[in-house]
Amino acid sequence: MKIDVNTLRKIAHLARLEFDEKGAEHMTKDMTQILDWVEKLNELDTSGVEPLTTMSSEENIMREDVVGEHLDHEKGLKNAPKRDSDYFRVPKVLE
Amino acid sequence: MEKFRSFDEIKKSLQNGDTSCKAIVNHYLENIQTKAHLNAFVEVYTQSALEKAEEIDKKLSTGKAGKLAGMVLGIKDVLCYQGHEANASSKILSGFESQFTATAIQRLIDEDAIIIGRLNCDEFGMGSSNENSVHGNTLNAADEGRVPGGSSGGSAVAVQANLCTASLGTDTGGSVRQPAAFTGTVGIKPTYSRVSRWGLIAYASSFDTIGVFSNNVKDNAMVLETMAGPDDYDSTSSKKPVPNYSELLHFDKRAKIACLKETMHSDALQDEIKQHTLDILDKLREEGHQVEEVDFPLLTYVLPTYYILTTAEASSNLSRFDGVKYGYRTPNAHNLESMYKLTRSEGFGEEVKRRIMLGTFVLSASYYDAYFTKAQKVRRMIKEFTENLLNKFDYIVMPTTPSVAFRFGEHRDDPVAMYLEDLFTVQASVSGVPAISIPNGNDSNGLPIGLQIMANSFKEADLYAFANYLMDLKSSN
Amino acid sequence: MIEETKTAPISTGIKGKYELVIGLEVHAQLLTNSKMYTSDSTAYGNLPNTNISVLTLGHPGTLPKVNKRAVEFAIRMGLACNCEITRRNIFSRKNYFYPDLPKGYQITQDKGPICVGGEVPITLGNGENKTVTLNRIHMEEDAGKSMHLAGETDTLVDFNRAGVPLIEIVTEPDMRSSEEAYQFLTEIKKLVRYLDICDGNMEEGSLRCDANISIMPKGSKTLGKKVEVKNMNSFRNVARAIEHEFDRQILLYENGEDIVSETRTFDATSGTTSSMRTKEDLNDYRYFPEPDLSPVVVSEEWLENIQNELPPLPRELFEKFVRDYDLPTYDAGVLTDSKEIALYFEALCQATQNYKAASNWLMGPVKSYLNELTLHIDDFPIKPEGIASLILLVDEGKVSFSVASQKIYPEMLKSAGRSPLEIAQSLNLIQDSDEDSIKPIIEQVLEESSGKVAEYRAGKKGLLGMFMGQVMKRSKGKADPKVANKILIELLEK
Repeated sequence: MKIDVNTLRKIAHLARLEFDEKGAEHMTKDMTQILDWVEKLNELDTSGVEPLTTMSSEENIMREDVVGEHLDHEKGLKNAPKRDSDYFRVPKVLE
Repeated sequence: MEKFRSFDEIKKSLQNGDTSCKAIVNHYLENIQTKAHLNAFVEVYTQSALEKAEEIDKKLSTGKAGKLAGMVLGIKDVLCYQGHEANASSKILSGFESQFTATAIQRLIDEDAIIIGRLNCDEFGMGSSNENSVHGNTLNAADEGRVPGGSSGGSAVAVQANLCTASLGTDTGGSVRQPAAFTGTVGIKPTYSRVSRWGLIAYASSFDTIGVFSNNVKDNAMVLETMAGPDDYDSTSSKKPVPNYSELLHFDKRAKIACLKETMHSDALQDEIKQHTLDILDKLREEGHQVEEVDFPLLTYVLPTYYILTTAEASSNLSRFDGVKYGYRTPNAHNLESMYKLTRSEGFGEEVKRRIMLGTFVLSASYYDAYFTKAQKVRRMIKEFTENLLNKFDYIVMPTTPSVAFRFGEHRDDPVAMYLEDLFTVQASVSGVPAISIPNGNDSNGLPIGLQIMANSFKEADLYAFANYLMDLKSSN
Repeated sequence: MIEETKTAPISTGIKGKYELVIGLEVHAQLLTNSKMYTSDSTAYGNLPNTNISVLTLGHPGTLPKVNKRAVEFAIRMGLACNCEITRRNIFSRKNYFYPDLPKGYQITQDKGPICVGGEVPITLGNGENKTVTLNRIHMEEDAGKSMHLAGETDTLVDFNRAGVPLIEIVTEPDMRSSEEAYQFLTEIKKLVRYLDICDGNMEEGSLRCDANISIMPKGSKTLGKKVEVKNMNSFRNVARAIEHEFDRQILLYENGEDIVSETRTFDATSGTTSSMRTKEDLNDYRYFPEPDLSPVVVSEEWLENIQNELPPLPRELFEKFVRDYDLPTYDAGVLTDSKEIALYFEALCQATQNYKAASNWLMGPVKSYLNELTLHIDDFPIKPEGIASLILLVDEGKVSFSVASQKIYPEMLKSAGRSPLEIAQSLNLIQDSDEDSIKPIIEQVLEESSGKVAEYRAGKKGLLGMFMGQVMKRSKGKADPKVANKILIELLEK
């Protein structure tokens, strides 16, 4: 699968990453190489095989609906890059 | 001879009154300082470790200490420890202080293990050389020009260089076993879901496990049996009871051992490693065990399966690092979108970005079935094949890695070549079964070689017993 | 960024050429104590960022765990809507970035929702019945709240709501008018309140609705391009938004312009929708199975327990009231509007046989008292047995309805527990229906107004009311009007 710059830009937007021209070139090359390599899986006949969706053999592990201890307000905000006394702060959508 | 290389030795010294926990901690602190250039530790909890040692010394004098009293542990920088920084070796988590403690760590602390510091690793556990770390490279004490392996490189070197008794790493595709092989230490990846993942900063949730490095099998078993078991905080953690592995090390049966043809005949396998592996297999035959070479036609599909699934999960697991709630935020943003993109582009390293991109791609609508669903199907095939084989045989034995520790920068421009370093370790990760790497001598340059043993799910006790037997068998020559 | 579209009124002739097609997506916030995947409180109105935990804030190393009650609530709704309940449930991640989405993904269900199919019967204003088919109901978690205040350079984020359990009810594109949509929502609100799984308050956001709207020329079988409209905070606004979209899309179609498949937001002030024009359309949610949760398997036994604990549903009660109590459909509709009223009525009907009187009492004096004081029926001071005795008092002819409702009922409200009979006696309100005691009073009245009697006998029959008034006055209102009326006519016609 050859990754072109357009696809790269779309994927980068979905992942909220951005690359300068050189970085994009490098990334398209790497991704193309890796995808070519993983496409080896196409050699395998997987018809009739169910996709594996869970690795744990546990089932029905649930909580009772009981309120537990909360994280202290100040501890919650402590790691925030930007905050005030009540809220986490982020730049507006548009400015 | 170096002091405090095994917990048995430590316990004996403590019992005889030859030493104290404080002296043990001081001993390791000195070693850490002397060998600071190895860059294994990224933070040393000098004061709290010494305080804790004094506290445990008091407990010992009253006979109330836990079973790990005297054990000094280092923890990989992807594990959460309340009130301490956790960076996952990433700029994006710079300054992040965890508000809770990983279940595995808490259980060790409850048994009076002392946490001496936090250990270097590849960013978010993504790497096989410890070269992808915001904290810089960790050096292999066997040859400082070479990598210690990854991603748990710091954890491996900390044990290799006697900076602590044992250490915690995490293993998603070989991140404990491969560095254990490169440093001549014992490293286990337990069965998936055996140890709670609560407090483990996720890379790929359906693969991630917390593993242990040590100098010997018994220490390893003691640490694992203490931290394993069901946990209310991890709904995928297994409810199966945990045997006391360290008390079940006696081994006296005739084992059925499988050796995978595709592994032993792989082009990537270095001759000396092959020879060492064949030697031990021969020895096993001599001892009356049944060793059989079997086909493993799926070998070449294991790594691609692993990379599709782990990058997909990683791309989602790493979405929370967005500069909103914690960690790094770019100073250069002018609106929300640029805040996201710049924070993440500046905060993540190259390899992490590559995997996020790959994972985002394989999950995107147009490619989902062709890549992600396909890999989920192949994963089932590999898992079933491996489990069936392990129903017929007690163990699968193979080299842990195709090569010995390589030089820094050797795979710099070739991600796939770097991925191939995990060729032999990912099978257990894709299948969820436990696997251990034990030292299997050195090559002609004095570089350690690892031997990997796999057993069926939840058969850690058998795995440890056999590993212990093999260690004895080798040293008896 | 927002483009206003004004639409000129469209003639009914043109409108008649098109069919309106509506599908709804309704989010209902579940009334659990704790969140969907963690034990923080769901209480509304707490200080910002206090209902939080390391999981709610998306801290690295945290793992979710399913709230069992939330699953039961989802199953309740599914059973009430006749859905097929999925036995083996897995969860999925829906990936997108937004500041109020702390993990960068929402844990939801994609393939294999807990409730598949199903239907919700509705009744339109003209009495016509219709069934709205459901596509699915699935479980998911709410996001936090982002506040974009004017004059503030930053957006403020509060995670209290993040992780509150939701069910999303998705219909087929089954509705053909804004009224159908309105009635569907009314029915959903009624259902969730009967089931005690959501308070149904759309203004406070515990019930939210997005509408997918398209048009097609009548007779056509292919749906037009779908427009999704968001941001409607009342049932009425959902109806207004649909009407507006109908007109807007017809106008575009008639003018040969393209209807763009997009997300639009409704502005309640202007009654119009406008394009959100975000990059949302570029989004690709990359759903995949949530590896941090083990599957939830619904056993036969668990399902049966939930089924057995299901309260009576509004439609069942409606049918019962019409069938067993012989009530007019209007009464049955009003009484089943709220579960509490309906249950009160049920209890009342255990204590009286006069069901119509019971209905009149509830829809009249009881409801107006509750409305006046904005009380809930749970806070109503009179027990059903009290109202039943009051009905009996009237039925036995001891008091008239007006005495019962205007004199006795207010006393009962003041001092709950007093029996209506005792009140009537102490206030001396018991009617006199004894002919022997009423007759002398009437005779006296007729004697005193012999002139009027002559006028009556000469044909001025309208004077009957005047005589009746005199009799009631003289008896201090205690004469049974029916008996008095009978005697009066007898004497006058003699």
